[in-house]
Parts: sequence; structure tokens; C-alpha cells
Amino acid sequence: MSTKTYDAGVKDYRLTYWDPNYTPKETDLLACFKITAQDGVDREEAAAAVCAESSTGTWTTVWTDHFTDMDHYKGRAYRIEDVPGDDTCFYAFIAYPIDLFEEGSITNVLTSLVGNVFGFKAIRALRLEDIRFPLAYVMTCGGPPNGINVERDIMNKYGRPMLGCTIKPKLGLSGKNYGRAVYEALRGGLDFTKDDENVNSQPFMRWKQRFDFVAEGLNQAEAETGERKGHYLNVTGPTMEDTYERAEYAKSLGMRIIMHDFFTAGFTANTSLANWCRDNGMLLHIHRAMHAVVDRNPYHGIHFRVLTKCLRLSGGDHMHSGTVVGKLEGDREATLGWVDLMRDSFVPENRARGLFFDQDYGTMPGMLPVASGGIHVWHMPALTAIFGDQAVFQFGGGTLGHPWGNAYGAEANRVALEACVQARNEGKNLEREGKDVLLNAAKHSPALGAALETWKEIKFEFDTVDKLDAEA
Amino acid sequence: MDMTIQNYPSRLDNPQSLKFETFSYLPPMSETQIIAQIKYCFSQDWDCAVEYCELERAMDDYWYMWKLPMFGEREPKKIMQALNDCCDAQPDCLVRFVAYDRKRQSRGMQFVVHKGGL
Repeated sequence: MSTKTYDAGVKDYRLTYWDPNYTPKETDLLACFKITAQDGVDREEAAAAVCAESSTGTWTTVWTDHFTDMDHYKGRAYRIEDVPGDDTCFYAFIAYPIDLFEEGSITNVLTSLVGNVFGFKAIRALRLEDIRFPLAYVMTCGGPPNGINVERDIMNKYGRPMLGCTIKPKLGLSGKNYGRAVYEALRGGLDFTKDDENVNSQPFMRWKQRFDFVAEGLNQAEAETGERKGHYLNVTGPTMEDTYERAEYAKSLGMRIIMHDFFTAGFTANTSLANWCRDNGMLLHIHRAMHAVVDRNPYHGIHFRVLTKCLRLSGGDHMHSGTVVGKLEGDREATLGWVDLMRDSFVPENRARGLFFDQDYGTMPGMLPVASGGIHVWHMPALTAIFGDQAVFQFGGGTLGHPWGNAYGAEANRVALEACVQARNEGKNLEREGKDVLLNAAKHSPALGAALETWKEIKFEFDTVDKLDAEA
Repeated sequence: MDMTIQNYPSRLDNPQSLKFETFSYLPPMSETQIIAQIKYCFSQDWDCAVEYCELERAMDDYWYMWKLPMFGEREPKKIMQALNDCCDAQPDCLVRFVAYDRKRQSRGMQFVVHKGGL
């Protein structure tokens, strides 16, 4: 049996952390990084360096390594692949033993995987493309507080996507005027209205006034329409004490859903709030402010699909997904990839959608993707075809900008949606026949007719910045 | 079209303003259209059922079941017949079509086909 002795100094990382013969275990946490190395650093050494810095290693050997069995605890870079169509960088696959991570702590996983290593000098740029959470780790996380099926039972919405609207202007309304906008949108036929992400508790509208007036408007809309409604009350606060206080107050008003910004608040805060929601039977809508800071650059940062997996494990019932068709960034195949990661129990590796690993969530509930940003009635056929029933279509200007006001805007959204669902179920191809479906539906709905007229010229045709890697 | 601003007519004191969730913003469906939706449910392997309820408690979760859910029934006319039987027997009630998705332990679809009491 070989023994290991302490040999001070700097060794090549590859001697310890590059292991192309390693077969990952079912319980390993796997990661795929896109590495752009500094000139003169070869691929194996760069991959091993990333592996070392994100697991057990440091820049020099230390005698205390010999107190433990490093072969048990170290990460292993086990595969390198070319990036299709780009020779400035490459993919490195790394396996981390499950022992390296605290159970149920997304914070801990990210502190390891995307911690100091992202400032490492040997690499010019680094991007975490995907993570495979082993099922054994998934089962230590709480996940979505309720999940899609429970939400449908709570909201009494079946057989169609749900409809929401974000109240605008984003900032500056008083509580009472804000409640008016909510009431009008809900009485017109939407299922949800939403606080914008940066509506917290500013001087122009403190949270308590907002909650009170929103509850009044929502209750009035329910009484008038006979349908169940929700408003994502944004409880994101400066401290967890404030956040809990707002959540408790929303519950005391009989509200069904609250909202949190997981990325600006942080994963620890989000996991705590998700646990509160699970204990209190409250739905949790998650907004993703700040995500594009880390996920938009194709060479550096964290891909959104990784944030999606992390958020599902941390906990949320809704998650913003992009729309494919609206004003915000989102390649279609890549979006479908992370939409699957939000909703499905098992998502197989699929490079055409940017999925580098199988992901098994076991019995963990799914989240509803929220398609939000620059959408209006003309997008409804494509949205219904792309997302199917398990989604929320979240309008803003596409409801509030209706020439006759929010109620008519909401009714136009609802009529368009129901017409598209009915037509799809009858076997019509929405992406080909969508225009006829909408025009026919408008024959019995002046609200929809006016919406179609108002937005007929609007398109969003800019190229996606973060494309999937593919041969040119 | 005439784009002149309209008043939104919905009122708390007018039951005609009430809606009943999915498909209630569309015109009432013909039998042919209902059967198309039933066939879609079959294509999803969902089982069909009929429920009815007084208008006053339409927002409740539990409506009365019309007999029992028709597990395994895949003949659209039989589902349509059950809907019609329920409407005939309970003309003053709301009657809805329900499709159970056993794999997701949820309802795949649900919509009102008869608005008795309005």
C-alpha cells in the first residue's frame, strides 16, 4: 500500500485534480464550467485549477492535507469538451463528492462552486453552465412550498395557463391609487396582479397601505366576478424580521400569495421565506431581479438554468422564465430547457436545449414558469403553444395600456387566452392559425378587438445576446 | 372599429357579471364544441365527471357530484348524455364538466356548461 508524505511547494493542479478515468457517482454533485483560460495555460491544468479552487485545494500544498483522506473529499475534473463553434474556450466537467456540501443549503453549494474561483488569475473568464444535483441532495432541500397542483387547487384554475398583470407605473403610486389599478385588472378577468420588484416600502407608498388597499380591491373583484384572485404582495424587506412581518400581515388579510426577490435578498433569506410559506399555506411568487448581471454574458457568470435549479431547491411556486416572444432576452430552445427544469420531475440531458446533465427531482413539486415582459394579446397563440397550460402569462402594459382601461385590457387578455386554449384543444395549430383564432374571438369581444387594433404593429425583433453554443 | 372609450358594465348587484372560471369569457359552447373538449380530455387520458351547485355557493370547492365520476368511460356521447341528464334534473343549478388527471392528482380541465339560476 502506498503512503503519502508531505512535500512542500507548488504542484501542478492536474496531478491531484485531473482524473479523466473517473466515473462520477450517483451521489456526486456534477458541474459543467465554460473556461476561458489565460494564454499559456493548457486545458487540463485550467480545468484542474477550477476544480481545486472550488473544492478542497489551495495554491500550494499544505501539511494539514495529510490529516484527512483527500481522495475522499476532493473534486475531480473528469472530462473536457470543445465548445461548438468557439475555440477560445472549452467545457470542463467536474464531480464533487456530496460530503462537501451542507444539506439543504443552496447558499453553501454556491459559495463553493462560484466562490473565490471566479476571481482566479489562471483563467480569463469562467461560466457555470449547469449543475447536476444528485437526488440524495435534492431530498435534503425543501423545494417549492406548494407546487403547481396545490396552487391550482387553491386558486381553482384548471385547464388553462393563468393570467397576471404587473401594476405600472413601477414606482410612485399611492396605496389607494395602486389598489384601484389592482381592482380594475382583477375585475376584468385576470387571475393575478403583481407588485413590481422594486415596490417594497418606499415613502410614496408604505407596505401596509399597499397591502390594505390591494386586499380591498381584490376582495371586491372576487365578489363581483365570483372567481378567485391573487395579488403577489412583495414582502421583500431590508431584514428578515421585516420580511416576516409583511408576510404575516398578508396572511392576516386572507391573501393567497406573496412575492420575494430571491437574488437580491439571497438564498438563505429565500429558503427561510419558502419554509414560512410551506408552514402557512401561502403561495410564493419569485422574481429574479439582478439575474441578468450574472447570467447574460456567455463567457462569465452563472447560466440562468443553474439559478433555476437552485431556486427550485431553495423554494418558490412561481419563477420568472422569460417569454421567448416579448421584450426581454430569451432564446427559444434555451428557455424551453429551463422551463422543463422548473416544472418536471425528471429532465434528461439535452444539449439542443443547453441541458448538460440528467436532473432528477424525485418527488419535489414543480414551479410555474412566469412569462413576463412586453407581451400582449397578439402573443397569446405563441405563448399558449410554447408554454402549454402550466404557466402564468404576466402582462403589464399589455393589460394596463388598453385604450379603455385595465378592466377591458384584462378581459381582452382573458378572451384571447380562452379562445386559444379552446382552439388548441379542438386540434388547431396555434402558431399557424393563431391570427384567425384571435380575430374570430374578437367578433364577440369588443375588448379584444380594441386590444388587437392597439398593438397590431408591435414587435420585438432584436437578436439574443446569450445564444446556445452551436456551430456557426 | 369604434375605439371610443367604453364603460365597463360589471356590477356587484348584477349576477350577470359573475364568471365561472375557465371558458366563462367565451360564448356558451354548442354540444359539438363541448364534445371536442371531451375528446381532448380523452387524448390526455383524463377521466370525466359532472358536478352541479347552487349559484350562491359557486366559489366553494365542493360542488355536488352528479352520480360518480365516469372512470374509464371513453365514449363522448355518454359524457354528453350525463351532462344533459344533470342539466335536466337540476335546471336551477350551475352544471360543470370536470376532467380528472390521475397522474398529476389534479383536475386537467373544468368548465361550466349550464348556468341555471342566472
